Amino acid sequence: MTEPLLRLSGLTKAYPGVVANDDVSFDIQAGEVHALLGENGAGKSTLVKMIYGLVAPDRGFMQMHGEAFSPKEPREARTAGVAMVFQHFSLFEALSVAENVALGMETPPPMRQLSERIRDVSNSYGLPLDPSRTVGDLSAGERQRVEIIRCLLQDPRLLIMDEPTSVLTPQEVEILFETLRKLTSEGVAILYISHKLEEIRRLCDQATILRHGRKVGTCVPSETSARDMAEMMVGNSFATPARADHRAGDVILELRNLSVPATSTFGISLKDINLSLRVGEILGIGGVAGNGQDELLAALSGEVRSARDAILLQDKPIGKTDPTARRAMGLLAAPEERLGHAAAPDMSLTENALLTGLTRQNLHWHGVLKWSAARNFAESIIVKFDVRTPSANVAARALSGGNLQKFVIGREIMQRPSVFVVNQPTWGVDAAAAAAIRQALLDLASNGAAVLCISQDLDELLEISDRFAALNEGRLSDIKPASALTVEEIGLMMGGAHGMEVAHDPA
Amino acid sequence: MIQLEKRPQPSRLWTFLTPMLAVVITMIVGGALFAALGKNPVEAIRTIFWDPLFGEFAFYYRPQLLVKAAPLILIAIGLSLGFKAGIWNIGAEGQYIMGALAGAGVGLAFYPLEAAYIFPLMVIAGALGGWAWGMIPGLLKTRFGTNEILVSLMLVYVAEQLLAKMALGLLRNPDGRGFPGSRNLQQYPSAHNAEIIAGTGIHWGVVAALIAVIFAYILFTRHLLGYQIRLAGQAPKAARFAGVNPARLTLVCLGLSGALAGLAGMFEVSGPAGQINIDFNVGYGFTAIIVAFLGRLHPVGILLAGLLLALTFIGGENAESNLGLPAAAIQMFQGMLLFFLLAVDVLTNFRLRWKTAEVV
Repeated sequence: MTEPLLRLSGLTKAYPGVVANDDVSFDIQAGEVHALLGENGAGKSTLVKMIYGLVAPDRGFMQMHGEAFSPKEPREARTAGVAMVFQHFSLFEALSVAENVALGMETPPPMRQLSERIRDVSNSYGLPLDPSRTVGDLSAGERQRVEIIRCLLQDPRLLIMDEPTSVLTPQEVEILFETLRKLTSEGVAILYISHKLEEIRRLCDQATILRHGRKVGTCVPSETSARDMAEMMVGNSFATPARADHRAGDVILELRNLSVPATSTFGISLKDINLSLRVGEILGIGGVAGNGQDELLAALSGEVRSARDAILLQDKPIGKTDPTARRAMGLLAAPEERLGHAAAPDMSLTENALLTGLTRQNLHWHGVLKWSAARNFAESIIVKFDVRTPSANVAARALSGGNLQKFVIGREIMQRPSVFVVNQPTWGVDAAAAAAIRQALLDLASNGAAVLCISQDLDELLEISDRFAALNEGRLSDIKPASALTVEEIGLMMGGAHGMEVAHDPA
Repeated sequence: MIQLEKRPQPSRLWTFLTPMLAVVITMIVGGALFAALGKNPVEAIRTIFWDPLFGEFAFYYRPQLLVKAAPLILIAIGLSLGFKAGIWNIGAEGQYIMGALAGAGVGLAFYPLEAAYIFPLMVIAGALGGWAWGMIPGLLKTRFGTNEILVSLMLVYVAEQLLAKMALGLLRNPDGRGFPGSRNLQQYPSAHNAEIIAGTGIHWGVVAALIAVIFAYILFTRHLLGYQIRLAGQAPKAARFAGVNPARLTLVCLGLSGALAGLAGMFEVSGPAGQINIDFNVGYGFTAIIVAFLGRLHPVGILLAGLLLALTFIGGENAESNLGLPAAAIQMFQGMLLFFLLAVDVLTNFRLRWKTAEVV
């Protein structure tokens, strides 16, 4: 056994009221891809912050190559060879690639020299990037490359990646994996954080699983099933969503050449979207983030109006109808952003139940609010959808992401929609809650509603959808039966590799 | 090292405590200011806060308190509707003037007829005058996307010019021997907003202010419009998702706050002030902004804040005349109140923590 690259020993970090990490120990070997698994709030990010010098542990120590390693700030960690690609990019859209890279460096070399180095590194790792291009023009995958190259220029020995594939098409994921494999063959270790278990099975050599801040197990991902890993993360078994038999009925929602101009400078316009949604079916809409998902939901919920005939609900044109009237007609929606869009952060759950339940739940009488009825409605959502909260009086922002999501989805489903449009139903939600939400969507469809599910999680879409389409730059691909689709086809529907290529050795 | 830590929920306790804490800090720092000016700080504070209520001449000051607080409260209640929704009407002073002009104009048009319907007509005219002046920034905002802060503020100066024009022209007292200013409505019984109970200071404006407080309280706790106002202010995106029409809300809020400010102006001109004159407006419309925030945009809070500010006005005048404090010092004292309130506001959403630097 060789000496590990990084040894974590008994790391403990407590915040007021919660122990984020409790006695976590494991080793990362040079040249391995090590997965860090756990639900939201399991302590993954705190652990990573300790390695990257953003947070100091209360107890325990780290060793790098056998020597004490206790970075007080990210700069020290970087000097020691730790680099990190964050889930959310920190790039300036108006600056060029090279300028963005220079901003992250302690002592940036002259721009010409830096561009040269960026070109070298990007070629040898199969991450082609023109240093002079403006970041604002790059796709999400290309932006991620800027972040990766920024890290590679430091000659890292340990590269930490937080949910790197959430913004990539399957083709782009493949390219990224090639790059990572090339890095490990050179002895770089990679700490890989993701909740996409199938990806981890393909890429990672070792996995450490955290639950409630404790290390609860390790496994070799390629030899462990995704289900076993998920159950280790959750701590017990949970039901896989299953659907009752059903058959698709009549068309209930139809979009005809729906076009909506972009509402903001960085927004996406919807272009000529056609689809028809049938009673009893779930139509899954995939796509990389920022390709018109939010805009499609807003056009359907009524927040943004379109041409009158572009949207037909039960053959009635509703393109110019306001959200309240659409709800009354049975078209309900749940947007992606929970806090601030689907729910008002500082308002109680009772008040938030009122937010969309007002008309259909009959919660007012000529404008006079029926608070007790609203409270009952909120409490019935809390019970039915297992929302963990002390009471309905708690502010929405005090709930964890998963619990609030269950509340937001439950609020709409409890109102018996005839068409339900949802964007990212399980984003940032733990595995058990995600399974419950998917089951609820399936039940909704089998009980005679139609569901339009927009998501960036392909596994989720393939699990629950009857038919599948993808959004790419505001356009909708052809709609195909989900069961017959291969991952490659889906990737092409999502826009392919956006012109990127696989890692290769320079000729 | 002191660190701020965000509270998971706004603290209810501190929502109530911060205004009081702000008053206490204002007293301390204000006292220091008075001391620096060579006055006895304890005496100065007592003159401002204690004497008008419980001093030798309280019988005279207490009615004055209501007379001064009523327009502040009435205007501030209107402003709070918009402020809660994130719609910033800064021009209540102008709407106050326009309400007074419209109300007095209707009253004077009937002179010297005596009839019971004249005063109610003046009330309606006053509300309409303020409403119309408030709708200008509202319509410009919803139609052309102009900034309601700037437009409503600029319209104050337009209203002041109109006031001067009216005092010197159309509404000037024909029997006034050429002096500026209208007839005195106090001498025109049908148009006079007289004290309802003599010697108490309670006139119809005081009653209207109380009704407005109750109305706003019910609106915010029981009515859909109040809910939509709060939603639009706290989470505009969620409000749009819920189906709130932002343009309609803007018009409703600016119209209502204008109408209430107009009412305040009308009750003032037909009562305590008595006549339209060049110097009719004394800044109630601007002070009401302080009242609205000091009262946490809460109806009951605004009621208390209006009384408190009226107290500092009356007490401040006393301190000026009895102790010879400069008027600027009194204004600074009043300004401090808002300043400290905003400063301690942070405690509602954050808690202070003493932290030792993390040992590594």
